[in-house]
Amino acid sequence: MLNQLEEIEQAALVALDEVEDEQAMEQWRVANLGRSSPLMAVFDQMRDLPKDERPAIGRRSNEVKQKLEKKHSEKADLINQLALQKSLETERLDVTMPGRPVSLGRLHPITTTMRQIYRIFAEMGFQIYQSRDVETDEYNFQLLNFPPHHPAREMQDSFYIAGHYEEDNPVLLRTHTSPGQIHKMREHSAINPKDPPEIRIILPGMCYRHEQISARAESQFTQVEGLAVGKQITFSDLKGTLSDFNKRMFGQNVRSRFRASHFPFTEPSAEVDIECFVCGGEGCPVCKRTGWLEILGCGMVHPIVLQNGGYDPNIYTGFAFGMGPERITMLRHRVEDIRYFWANDVRFLEQF
Amino acid sequence: MKVPISWIKDFVDIEISIEELARQLTMAGLEVEEINFVGLPMPGGKVEIHSSDEQRQETKITGLEWDPDKIVVGAILEVMPHPNADRLVLCRLDDGEQEHIALTGAPNLFDFKGKGPLDSAIKVAYAREGARIFDGHQSGQVLTTLKRAKIRGVDSYSMACSEKELGISDDHEGVIILAEDATVGIPLVDYMGDAVLDIAITPNIARDANIVGVAREIAALTGKELHPLDLDTPMGGPPIEGRVTLEIKKPKLNPRFVLGLIEDIEIRPGPYEIQRRLHLAGMRPINNIVDATNYAMLEIGEPLHAFDYDVLVERANGNAPAIYTRTAESGERLTTLDEVEHILDDFTVLVCDSAGALSIAGVMGGAESEVNGQTRNVLLEGAAWHFTNIRRTLSAQRMSSEAAYRFSRGVHPALAEAGVRRGLELMRLWSGGIVSQGLVDNYPQPPVDPTVEFTTGDVKRWLGIDLGVDQIKDLLSRLEFSVQVQGDQLSVKSPDHRLDIGDGIVGVADIMEEIARIYGYDLIPETRLSDSLPPQHGNLRLEIAETTRDQLVNLGLQEVISHRLTASDNEARHKPPSEQVDQDYLEISNPITSDRNVLRQSLLASLLEVAERNARVARRLAFFELGEVFFPQPDQMLPLEQLKLVILLGGVREQTYWQPGDSSVMDFYDLKGLVEILLSGLKVGSTKFLTAEHPSFHPGKCAKIFIEDEVIGICGEIHPLVKANYDLPDDPVLAAELDFDKIFTHVPDRYIVEPIPVFPPVLEDLAFIVDESTQVQEIMELIQEAGGDAVAEIALFDVYRGGQAGDGKKSLAFSLKYQKPDRTMTDEEVSQIRQKIVKHLGQKCGAILRT
Repeated sequence: MLNQLEEIEQAALVALDEVEDEQAMEQWRVANLGRSSPLMAVFDQMRDLPKDERPAIGRRSNEVKQKLEKKHSEKADLINQLALQKSLETERLDVTMPGRPVSLGRLHPITTTMRQIYRIFAEMGFQIYQSRDVETDEYNFQLLNFPPHHPAREMQDSFYIAGHYEEDNPVLLRTHTSPGQIHKMREHSAINPKDPPEIRIILPGMCYRHEQISARAESQFTQVEGLAVGKQITFSDLKGTLSDFNKRMFGQNVRSRFRASHFPFTEPSAEVDIECFVCGGEGCPVCKRTGWLEILGCGMVHPIVLQNGGYDPNIYTGFAFGMGPERITMLRHRVEDIRYFWANDVRFLEQF
Repeated sequence: MKVPISWIKDFVDIEISIEELARQLTMAGLEVEEINFVGLPMPGGKVEIHSSDEQRQETKITGLEWDPDKIVVGAILEVMPHPNADRLVLCRLDDGEQEHIALTGAPNLFDFKGKGPLDSAIKVAYAREGARIFDGHQSGQVLTTLKRAKIRGVDSYSMACSEKELGISDDHEGVIILAEDATVGIPLVDYMGDAVLDIAITPNIARDANIVGVAREIAALTGKELHPLDLDTPMGGPPIEGRVTLEIKKPKLNPRFVLGLIEDIEIRPGPYEIQRRLHLAGMRPINNIVDATNYAMLEIGEPLHAFDYDVLVERANGNAPAIYTRTAESGERLTTLDEVEHILDDFTVLVCDSAGALSIAGVMGGAESEVNGQTRNVLLEGAAWHFTNIRRTLSAQRMSSEAAYRFSRGVHPALAEAGVRRGLELMRLWSGGIVSQGLVDNYPQPPVDPTVEFTTGDVKRWLGIDLGVDQIKDLLSRLEFSVQVQGDQLSVKSPDHRLDIGDGIVGVADIMEEIARIYGYDLIPETRLSDSLPPQHGNLRLEIAETTRDQLVNLGLQEVISHRLTASDNEARHKPPSEQVDQDYLEISNPITSDRNVLRQSLLASLLEVAERNARVARRLAFFELGEVFFPQPDQMLPLEQLKLVILLGGVREQTYWQPGDSSVMDFYDLKGLVEILLSGLKVGSTKFLTAEHPSFHPGKCAKIFIEDEVIGICGEIHPLVKANYDLPDDPVLAAELDFDKIFTHVPDRYIVEPIPVFPPVLEDLAFIVDESTQVQEIMELIQEAGGDAVAEIALFDVYRGGQAGDGKKSLAFSLKYQKPDRTMTDEEVSQIRQKIVKHLGQKCGAILRT
């Protein structure tokens, strides 16, 4: 019996040497350690042995079993290692094949620019105020110190709504978001006419001007205006606020330049240029070699506008400014044609 | 406004470079849009500037620099015929160094042809061989270099130049003939080199639309003195009194009218230097009298009108002309000198005499009384007009003129007299006439130049800078304000050449602007707001709109923004032909094009256009827009503006790539899934979709969307007849149109979350056979009803028709999750609930449990 165990062990070990893969390994295990293996048969025969032979045979059987199990486990590890090594050596992807496409959604570039503007001004305490697209002449012009026939109206040709309106107060598509300045001031001053609260808002929205559409001009455009009204707001605050904005929006080192200009609803008024962020002011096609990019119009709120909003210009001052998200987006991404924005061609939109 | 530097220098000394001058003017609100060099050296030592030049230039620079060695004053000594060409002459010419033969076809030299040596030489602008000038024969400004060539057998290497060749104007009719006293041989640039600033005049600086105005600004900005114009004209003739009478009927519209008379003039061309300046300023020289009116207007800003005095006398039957101004009768007619007949309004102001209307006041004269070649005596008008009324007239008559440009922006009445005096003096100098003694001056409404009171504290309050009274006084005095100081109080009177300073607090704002401009915007510091923050208000509607955008972008949709102006027939495409009714649109009364003449009412139509536009370039269409639509409101001036959200899907569900995947096209349920997840993301209350009909959608594939019990929108597959109105592929197009303002009211301020369940659920699948017409929503509601709280989730996982289900039936398989928050459910409990569900479904809709 002991010899038989010896033979079983030897045969198993010899067979184990032949094993080279996982499948053969499993076959070997079934053949040599499985329920119907010769070794298990020895265990089965145990109870038929004389009592005095049982301990020796039993001990030896267990030794053989443990040895074979150990060898099996060693060999299995080896085979696994070899298999892993083989797979590492042979499995090769063409990493240059395209990745599986994911359908990504995107915001319209103007929404993105608007949000950047909102965020910067929100941190300076400016809240967002929206008002309607269709306005009266009174709110779009008269209350903003554009009297009828005023020359400044030529700069803002309007689309008029057909209908039987009062001759001196036609209905039109707003040419700027400034009517919101009056709406907001009047809402505030109605609450407390004697001492209306301060205002610090930005006014985003769609505006319309009667202009031939070209690569440079659209009849519909977005605007973001700002308005701050209070008892101690100065032109130097205006400069500081917009200079800070420009740094946040266009780069920490960007220089701002304020030039005198004219808008009927502000005085003093200024145009704000930033040093070209493309060439750093050296002169390039984007800034038309001037080194400067015109970004904003602004000024101190005109006393008549304050008055029309219910704020006493002898007590209150304020500043207002306005900018065009399309222009900013065009400069930042070198968009050559303003008509791209509302044409909604995915070949344009997908680049943002 | 084109401003020649040479003319400016008549009034102020300039010691800075022209580019620096342009920069300072621009900073002060007189934006120099272009510097056109006409002879003077250009920056960087370049002869000409091309757009390819990479050097930085704050102001656009154009023009031509005249080489001092090659372009000089020459003298034509004799004009000789060309041996081989009738249309050319040969000029024997002295350039100060030697004699040359120069060839020319200039018609203004032909009179001298063959007359032998001239008694007095003709001074010309002479370009030597190698000179760089503009080609006179090409349109626009094309540079050329003079080279030696044979023209019709005669050697040619140099020329006498036209204005076009030197960049003065586009006139190439003849060569420039300079004044007789020009010194032969000196560089032409030293004789008349110039540069022209093109300044954008905003309405608030209308006072600067003239040479003296710009010179005054330069003097103020650079701290120089302004040389005043001498208006003392020798008046050697008999008194004007009795020669003409004057009456103003509407002083408000015509606050002042001044007349002067000059007699025995001779009409001839004005001096070349004057012609050159007029050309540089953008006006055409005509003759000495018309040039004098234009020159005076450009110089001091007062438009003048010259009448042929003898024509007026004739119209008055030999009597002294009786000039008067009045408003027109409505419908009255007048033909102006441009031969256009105008039908006038009751606000149009006319200058008349006893025989009728002579001119539209401040805008344009009539032909009859105009100065002509035979004119001997000139009556000169300088007046003041109400600027708004001139604007009204211009827009009503669709007219424009140099005079009207100025009058429509406001000209101070004080300039009427100055203008007439200057005009008479120029006429006297250039025409040899004698000025009558005195002027006829009717000045019924002298303006009160406002006096503005303020303190140094106001300057601090507005501008944020501390300026002393002396500093403020100095700044304002430079602009000719008269300033009185008392302590820290200033009293500032506006000078009599500007109308832009207001009264009271408006005047203070006007003065603040002047202080800031002359002090320098650059020097005002940058400070941060120190004012109190205003009361804080959220903008929930905007926040929810932005959240909605983010959700939709996260779901793989592209945001679009469309034109809000459209055409009604274009928008009508979003309904089938049979459903089209005339909509009451907000219509634009002055559209630019007929395809954008109404405000949109359907955002769905906008999105269908976006789909149409992209159908050829994208196989997967997935767009949304959040934007306004506009509806007229009866009895209200302003329309209803509604914020809508439209989602549009179409084409393949997944982008195709190298491994074939799900290539099927999107259908109703893709859209519904998106809308559901959007609404659940916004945390609105319970939502449901119920069968609906809408003309834009397929009648069997359309649903109303509810939040709680309110309809908030509609969705479905676009009706085949609607789709046929657009250029779209065959795949279904799905769209949802939601009323954002309704959704907004359902979005809660906050919401609560459930704890993570502690006890495991029991999962079970149940399939029911139901009638084909039974809707899944109904079954799910019945399961929930019967199962109560214990049924935590119901999900449809299979729909099967035919075979075992039977005709007209379908099998719906649901997976149910039973769960209690406080314990593990037993098999027995679950079994009881299942029985209840099966029984309930059987009773309510005849559903049979499939086993």
